[in-house]
Amino acid sequence: MVSKNLTIKEAHQGLIKKEFSAVELCKFYLERIGEKDKTIQAFLTVSQDLALSQAKKVDEMILAGKKIPLLAGIPAAIKDNILVEDVKCTAGSKILENYLAPYDATVIKKLKDQKAVILGKTNLDEFAMGSSTENSAFFPTKNPLDLTRVPGGSSGGSAAAVAANECIFALGSDTGGSIRLPASFCGVVGLKPTYGAVSRYGLIAFASSLDQIGPITKTVEDCKIVFDAIKGKDSLDSTSVETPKIKNWKLKIEDLRIGIPKEYFVKGIDPEVEKIIKKAIKKYEEMGMIVEEVSLPHTEYALPVYYIINPSEASANLARYDGIKYGYSAKKTRDLMEVYLKSRGEGFGQEVRRRIMLGTYALSAGYYEAYYLRAQKVRTLVKNDFEKVFKKVDALLTPVSPFLPFKIGERIEDPLSMYLVDVYTVSVNLVGLPALSIPCGKVASHHFKEKLSKQNRTKETKNSEMQNGGELSVGLQIIGKPFEEEKILKIAQIMQKN
Amino acid sequence: MISKEEVQHIAKLARLGLTEKEVKKFQKELSSILDYIEKLKEVDISKIEPTSHSIAEPSLLEARQEMKTKPSVIKVENVMRDDESEKPKSESKKLLELAPETKDGYLKTKSILK
Repeated sequence: MVSKNLTIKEAHQGLIKKEFSAVELCKFYLERIGEKDKTIQAFLTVSQDLALSQAKKVDEMILAGKKIPLLAGIPAAIKDNILVEDVKCTAGSKILENYLAPYDATVIKKLKDQKAVILGKTNLDEFAMGSSTENSAFFPTKNPLDLTRVPGGSSGGSAAAVAANECIFALGSDTGGSIRLPASFCGVVGLKPTYGAVSRYGLIAFASSLDQIGPITKTVEDCKIVFDAIKGKDSLDSTSVETPKIKNWKLKIEDLRIGIPKEYFVKGIDPEVEKIIKKAIKKYEEMGMIVEEVSLPHTEYALPVYYIINPSEASANLARYDGIKYGYSAKKTRDLMEVYLKSRGEGFGQEVRRRIMLGTYALSAGYYEAYYLRAQKVRTLVKNDFEKVFKKVDALLTPVSPFLPFKIGERIEDPLSMYLVDVYTVSVNLVGLPALSIPCGKVASHHFKEKLSKQNRTKETKNSEMQNGGELSVGLQIIGKPFEEEKILKIAQIMQKN
Repeated sequence: MISKEEVQHIAKLARLGLTEKEVKKFQKELSSILDYIEKLKEVDISKIEPTSHSIAEPSLLEARQEMKTKPSVIKVENVMRDDESEKPKSESKKLLELAPETKDGYLKTKSILK
């Protein structure tokens, strides 16, 4: 029998002790997707045949008495901007609606080498552009903790699938917070590794100086297992590097120095979020860590820097969708120019067009220095801030987002209000640091029920509160030095154990 | 606010077909985002070098010293290989099958010359 909410090690134990077979485990999750995903809508594609054939092979290994890797037979969900050979890969876009991935991404190759089972592909904001998964060209994913709210984005499908136990772990990608934000909103663990720690070969490129692939899991232990499985230098991604071991380091709580950047606790943060984060910090302090206030003076410039660099790189990367090589191609066109204009005009959604326009503007003749180059220079200042504080502290603690998970539809009409959701996560990508989100508290339902009663409470809201108890999760962000994933994972583990 | 003509010019550079309505919408939206970005003009960047690779030197150098690892372990460098096809024929077939239109093993496009 498969018990309800398994971690990787628990499932592994169950497999080697023959409490259940890999096929049974796989079927349990496929059935659970069939049942749960009608409401959550985390998956864009369920790769049932692939999953079952992979599970069968693991059972054969177990039957033959072979030792199986830790991830063997473990059912996983993959964000739909990561290529899995012969499975559709849409990037949440109409332009790739029927695109069949011709090869495996390196991370998928590594998971397959470990015999992990791939259940399917998860929903995302189109081309990972967004913070709510509402920008998917297909449908919005719901937050399993409250179905009227967004799961965060852009890896909202992956986080929701983990939170609703529709898989044991998932992969996401993080360009400006796209792993950490949905992990925070859905109450699960999400790690954005150091820039270069994980190969991006086979990840649909978005903003290449910022993109990273990382795990979304139920526990910190699982997060480490998946990260260890996918990391490493890859000759197919020239930005990838080997993660060095932190030498002569052993976790000693009383030796750890934690920095609290004061610029992350200013006007605009939800008071409930602030309360929970401060409580979590206090907990660490009581355990004996040295906690001190630090300053990252260029924090307020990180978001505007990000919203130049990100659209600029995106506009260059998305030039490849031309209606000729693959993807959507407009019909009834007279000449080549019209093929471009119509295929791209009809194939891309609102947010993608907005960023292509913004990026093209910022990179166009006469504007390059005023926008892109200026942003890259301010980026250096943001980086210098972090390098300076990391001379004093081992890690930084901040909220993941100033906001609680918001209502579906609440921010979608106003791009700037959506961009502000990422104000605490984008710096980490600009500087290339590792950072994770770990659930550190819940906002009791009475808090926002009161808030809601002032507005119009819809019938739908009442229903979902009854279904889910209506508690919202708050994520703590732990930021580390380059290649010190191990350290921030250990710090996170202390929180999860206490 | 940026002009209608500017939006149309950018859309053409980006090869993005826009409707009349969208042109108006982008005039408003791009202007408000660009206003927000104006904030960067406050910063003195006169003696600052741009960052393009976030983890390249000098932070790597520092990490290297701290971690006492071999310098080669975390060096970021160009990856070169001979200009010869490494992929099997079966993969090019797969790629061609993804194209909307092909002819004799080539991608087919509309005419460029009028």
